[in-house]
Amino acid sequence: MPKSKSAYSEPGKLGKSEHHIIVVWVDNEAGVLARVVGLFSGRGYNIESLAVAEVDKKKHISRITIVTSGTPSVIEQIKLQLKKLIPVHKVADFKRNDPNILFKELALFKVVSSKKNREKAQKVCKKYNSFILDKSKNSFVIQVTALRREIDKLIETLSPLGLVSTSRTGAVAMTRGSEIFK
Amino acid sequence: MGKLISGAEIVFKVLEHHKVEHIFGYPGGAVLPIYDELKNHKTIKHILARHEQGAGHAAEGYARSSGKPGVLLVTSGPGATNAVTALTDAYMDSVPLVCISGQVPTHLIGTDAFQECDTTGITRPCTKHNWLVKDVNDLAKVMDLAFEVATTGRPGPVLVDIPKDIQFKKTNFVLKSSNKKKLNGKSKPNGKISSSDLDKVINLMKKSSKPIFYTGGGVINSGPEASKSLRELVSITGFPITSTLQGLGAYPGDDPLFLGMLGMHGTYEANNSMYSCDLMINIGARFDDRITGKVDEFSPKSKKIHIDIDPSSIGKNIKVDLAVVSDVGSFLKALNKRIKEKHKDFLNSNKQNISKWWKDIDKWRQKKSLNFKNSKEVIKPQYAVQRLYELSKNKDTFITTEVGQHQMWAAQHYKFNKPNRWMTSGGLGTMGYGLPAAVGVQIAHPDKLVVDIAGEASVLMTMQEMSTAVQYKLPIKIFILNNQYMGMVRQWQELLHEKNYSESYTAALPDFVKLAEAYGCVGIQATKPDELDEKINEMINTKEPVIFDCRVDPAENCYPMIPSGKPHNQMLLGPEDEKEEVTDEGKTLV
Repeated sequence: MPKSKSAYSEPGKLGKSEHHIIVVWVDNEAGVLARVVGLFSGRGYNIESLAVAEVDKKKHISRITIVTSGTPSVIEQIKLQLKKLIPVHKVADFKRNDPNILFKELALFKVVSSKKNREKAQKVCKKYNSFILDKSKNSFVIQVTALRREIDKLIETLSPLGLVSTSRTGAVAMTRGSEIFK
Repeated sequence: MGKLISGAEIVFKVLEHHKVEHIFGYPGGAVLPIYDELKNHKTIKHILARHEQGAGHAAEGYARSSGKPGVLLVTSGPGATNAVTALTDAYMDSVPLVCISGQVPTHLIGTDAFQECDTTGITRPCTKHNWLVKDVNDLAKVMDLAFEVATTGRPGPVLVDIPKDIQFKKTNFVLKSSNKKKLNGKSKPNGKISSSDLDKVINLMKKSSKPIFYTGGGVINSGPEASKSLRELVSITGFPITSTLQGLGAYPGDDPLFLGMLGMHGTYEANNSMYSCDLMINIGARFDDRITGKVDEFSPKSKKIHIDIDPSSIGKNIKVDLAVVSDVGSFLKALNKRIKEKHKDFLNSNKQNISKWWKDIDKWRQKKSLNFKNSKEVIKPQYAVQRLYELSKNKDTFITTEVGQHQMWAAQHYKFNKPNRWMTSGGLGTMGYGLPAAVGVQIAHPDKLVVDIAGEASVLMTMQEMSTAVQYKLPIKIFILNNQYMGMVRQWQELLHEKNYSESYTAALPDFVKLAEAYGCVGIQATKPDELDEKINEMINTKEPVIFDCRVDPAENCYPMIPSGKPHNQMLLGPEDEKEEVTDEGKTLV
C-alpha cells in the first residue's frame, strides 16, 4: 500500500447521486440570496437551477426553488444547513421524479426563419402550453412551460428551424392536491 | 416621547442590557463615534489590543474561560478584515462572539470609499449571522438579536456592521427583549427530551458489553452543570470515557475511568477502544476528521448514539443509529434521572457485562503510549509540560495554546480537572491564538494563573499582544517550547516528505529574554532539564507577564499518532514503529 502524503484521509466510498428540488422560504431581506447561494458554493454543493421571487408581500417572504444533485447524505446536509440560516423559515425537499410534485420551467425562444420553418417550430412547441408573444415579418418569440428535459429537447429541435435566442427560468415546484408543505 | 439618543449610545445601552463588562477592540475612523461614547459608560471597560486579530482571540479566550459572550469592536476595512481569522476560529470552535464593526457612512457604501470593504459579504461564511444596519431605528433590535444568536443553540460569532452616520443619528431607544425561548434567534422547534429517547439510550447501554463515552466541546459549551452531570453519568455506569481536544476538562483528566484524549494524537487505549467498542455514545462532539481518521473504517462494529444541539452535526461525517438533538447538559441531567429512577442498580448489575472490556482496555493501557525517552542533557518538550503540570496543578490554572506539536503535548500531558480551563484553537488550527487568548482569559480571571503553552513559531504571529498584557498589568505566562522549527510541519516532512525540511526552520529567531525586556515584562530561559523546576517556579511566582524561553529538543516528534488515512487501530507509538512502517510497507502495526 503506498504511503499517503496527505494530512487528511482518503475519500471514502461515495453514495449514489440523486436530483432533488429544494424549496426554501426566506425573509426577503438584503443579502438573503447571497447567504443561501454562498452556503451552496462554500460547502461544494451543486446548483443546477435557481428561481426566486417574493411570494408574500405583507410578510416579505420569498420562495427560493433550487434544483440540486447530491448523495442522500449531502442532500440531508443541505437541508440541515439551510435550516440553520437565520432568515430561513422552512425547507422542503422533493425528489425530481416524485409523482406528487409539479415542476415547471418557463422558456422564451426567438425563431428567425422562413415561414415554413416557423410553422414547424410553432407546431413542435404546441404541446407545451405555448404562446406567441411577439411576431414580425420573419420572426416570432414563443413562450413555453415544460420540464427541464423537455425544454432541452425543444432547443435541439428548434435549432435547425431558426432558433436564435433562448431565455429560460429555473424550475418552480408545487405539491399536487389540496395539501401544502408546512 | 423620550429623549433622543445616538446610535453610538444605543450600542452601549444594549451592551449594558446584556451585562457586558469588557470589550476588546481597536479604534479607527469609521468607529470613532462609538469610541467617543465609551467615556459615558463606566461599567464597560475597553481593552486596547495591538491588532484586531489579537482583540478577536482575546475575546475568544474571555468567552471560553468565563462562559459569557466575548465582545469585539473594530473599525471598517482593515479593522474588519483583520478580525476575520478570529471570527472563523470562533465559528469552527463554537465560541460566542459579538463583533461590532464600523462602516463608511451609508451614502458612501459601494463607492470604494477610504477603508471601505464589504464586511458583511466577507464575514458571511464565518459568522452565524451578520447585519448591516442602515436605519438607526433597527439598531437596538439588531444588537439585541446579535447576542441572542451568538449565545443560543450552538454558540458562535456574529457581526453587526454599523455605518458611521448611523452611529451619529438619533432616535428613541426602545428595547423589547422577547421572553420566548429561542434557538439561533429563531423560535425553538421542540426542546423537550422524550422519555422514549432516554429509554432507547439506556436500552443500548444495557445491551452493550463494550461501551464508550466520546465527549466533546459541547459539554463545555453547555456550562459547568453539564460537566457535573457527565461525571455523575460516568460514575453511575462505570463506562470508560474519552474526550476530544475541545472537551478536555469536562471530565477529570486524572480519573481512572478516563482514557485520555482520542484522535490523531490521542492515546493508544482511547483510540483502540473507539475502534473496538460495540456502543459509542457521542456527547457534544462532531466526528471531526482528526478524530475519525478514515471514515470507512471508523469504529466498524459499534452502534452509535449522537447527542448534539446542532442538527447539522448529526450524520454529517458518520452515520449514527440513534440521534438526539438537544442541549447536552439538559440531556445528561434527564438521562441520569431516568437511570436512577428506573435502573437503580445499573452500575453493579452491569459490572459483569463490561468487565472483559475493562481488561482489554487495561491491556492497551500497558503500552503507556504517552511515554517518551527522557534525557539528562536536553529538555524534552513532553517533560517540560509534565513539570509545568506538576508545579501548577494545585493552583486553579488556565491553559491556552498555540497550534502545533506543543499543543498536542499540552493536551496529552496536562491533566484538566475543571471545564473552561483549556483554551485551544482546534477546528481552524490558528497559530497565534494562544497569546491573545491568554490576555482575554486573564481579563476574565485577574487573580488566576494563566499560561500559554506556546511554540516559538506560533507565538511570533501575535507577539505584539505582549504590549497589551503589559499595559493592563496582566501577568500572563508565555511558556514557549522553543525547538526552532515549525515542529508539526517538520514532523510531517520527516515522516511523509523524505525529510525535506522545506521552509520549516526559523533562522534568526529573536532573543526571547531580550524581547520580554523590550516589552517591559520578564524573560526567563531554561536550557537544561535540571534547572527546569526552579525556573518554572520562578515564572509562576513572578507577578508580571513572563516570556519563558524553554529550549527543547528540536528533533522530538509527537507520538502516538494515527498516520493519515489509517483507522484507529493502526497507531504509530514512537520512532521505532515509524522505521518498521518505512521498511515494510503495507504491514499494519497493531
